[in-house]
Amino acid sequence: MKNPSRFVPALYIFFLMLPIYWLINMSFKTTNEILGSFSLWPREFTTENYVAIFTDPTWYMGYVNSLAYVSLNTVLSVSVALPAAYAFSRYRFLGDKHLFFWLLTNRMAPPAVFALPFFQLYSAVGLFDTYWAVALAHTLFNIPLAVWILEGFMSGVPKELDETAYVDGYSFPRFFVKIFIPTIAAGIGVAAFFCFMFSWVELLLAKTLTSVAAKPIAAVMTRTASTSGYELGLLAAAGTLTIIPGAFVIYFVRNYIARGFALGRV
Amino acid sequence: MNKTENQKAWLFVLPVVLLVAFNAVIPLMTVVNYSVQETFGDNTFFWAGVIWFQDVLNSDRFHASLGRQMIFTFSILAIEIPLGVLIALTLPRKGPWVPVCLVLMALPLLIPYNVVGAMWNIFALPDIGLLGYGLNALGFDYNFTRQPGDAWFTLILMDVWHWTSLVVLLAYAGLVSIPDAYYQAAKIDGAKSFAIFRYIQLPKMKRVLTIAVLLRFMDSFMIYTEPFVLTGGGPGNSTTLLSVDLVKIALGQFDLGPAAAMSLIYFLIILLLSWVFYTLMMRNEAN
Repeated sequence: MKNPSRFVPALYIFFLMLPIYWLINMSFKTTNEILGSFSLWPREFTTENYVAIFTDPTWYMGYVNSLAYVSLNTVLSVSVALPAAYAFSRYRFLGDKHLFFWLLTNRMAPPAVFALPFFQLYSAVGLFDTYWAVALAHTLFNIPLAVWILEGFMSGVPKELDETAYVDGYSFPRFFVKIFIPTIAAGIGVAAFFCFMFSWVELLLAKTLTSVAAKPIAAVMTRTASTSGYELGLLAAAGTLTIIPGAFVIYFVRNYIARGFALGRV
Repeated sequence: MNKTENQKAWLFVLPVVLLVAFNAVIPLMTVVNYSVQETFGDNTFFWAGVIWFQDVLNSDRFHASLGRQMIFTFSILAIEIPLGVLIALTLPRKGPWVPVCLVLMALPLLIPYNVVGAMWNIFALPDIGLLGYGLNALGFDYNFTRQPGDAWFTLILMDVWHWTSLVVLLAYAGLVSIPDAYYQAAKIDGAKSFAIFRYIQLPKMKRVLTIAVLLRFMDSFMIYTEPFVLTGGGPGNSTTLLSVDLVKIALGQFDLGPAAAMSLIYFLIILLLSWVFYTLMMRNEAN
């Protein structure tokens, strides 16, 4: 089928790639070249920006910190969301609908509203500037999301599965771990992906809750942009590196992206 | 699915409730607390009643940010939803290119917000950015750091770049769930492509589009980092959206009372508008 409308996605993807190309282009240029002239590709190709990042602990520790709290948050959100989603998909209990709605309203709270109280709360409990502070703070919007996605996947599993397992003599924990979790593995993957994504891209809370020891890469970038002048090449290289984890993760869930969204219900 | 009544299910949801309550209820109570008190900076607080709420609701500054926020949110909804549906309709439904397209399209969604801002800043710089240089070379007088119109253009283009893919993914998910038989039946009836869209594809997409509109509405109403990094709210105050203004007051000037009152009003507006959207769309679906 020859169809000129096929150009629409192609054009759209081209538009999406332009700023990304420009960022990568800048990251391989020297500062002199960036500020001195306009060029579509690096004339004096250099990797010095990347070398600078990988040899300076304040830079590369930023990545380690970000990955640490993002992973912690993903594991935490998914593991507490699993039993909760199971309860929502299988049982009726007092206040279940209200509870589900309350969880979702947290998805609507602007991080800007919570920045200051979070700073005070996590300072008060002595978690300020630790991975735990950011990981826990991000559960505010990731747990509701994980519950929501997992509940969708679990409702698709017929209840007969549970009943057959009990007849076969499985205890509940053994059934949950040995049978149920493998059955909804795809759902867990999708939930983990979205938790990873929303924790990875969030900056306002991550920046507010850290100062030195757990500073995320995104905050290292803003500091560099303001204090050490206009090092665009370095900024571009750091930005390019932040795209890689996302691209990597999305490759694994490519077949579930659409499905994960489709199952969501507001 | 018919669910069984079981109050022990509360034990399963308890960890979630505790964690979210710790993160949501305590900070929210802190905000409520500040919003009704006055302080002179020495950690002693006085009851202040509703004066902060009156201040915020009567302040021109708040009205102006709220107005800008509304313009921003409705502009990006008006662009992203139709554009996302159009792209989803033109995407192939099967074939080796589908996963490639989906992965490439999802890429902007996974870039940290401040990197999106920084990337667009570099991209739009009038002297060395591809977009800025290109527009100037084409004869437009473009400078997003000086001219409010250009700042708005860049801000909206950035958001379209960042989030249209979300609408595409959702709409596409609705489309692929339509069985082939529907299309075959439509073909036999000799339906035009617009009729197929209107009577088969659109109804099937209604639910996912509801989610898309809600998510885009909420997220765009909360947007902070991208405009902050791109324009810093400027030039002047021309792109100071609600969150940018709120952070300026709360963490910049440390005016706790007004910031807290503004936070609550802000949160209530989002809840209220989300509810209105949701009910309106559900009513349409019921009809």
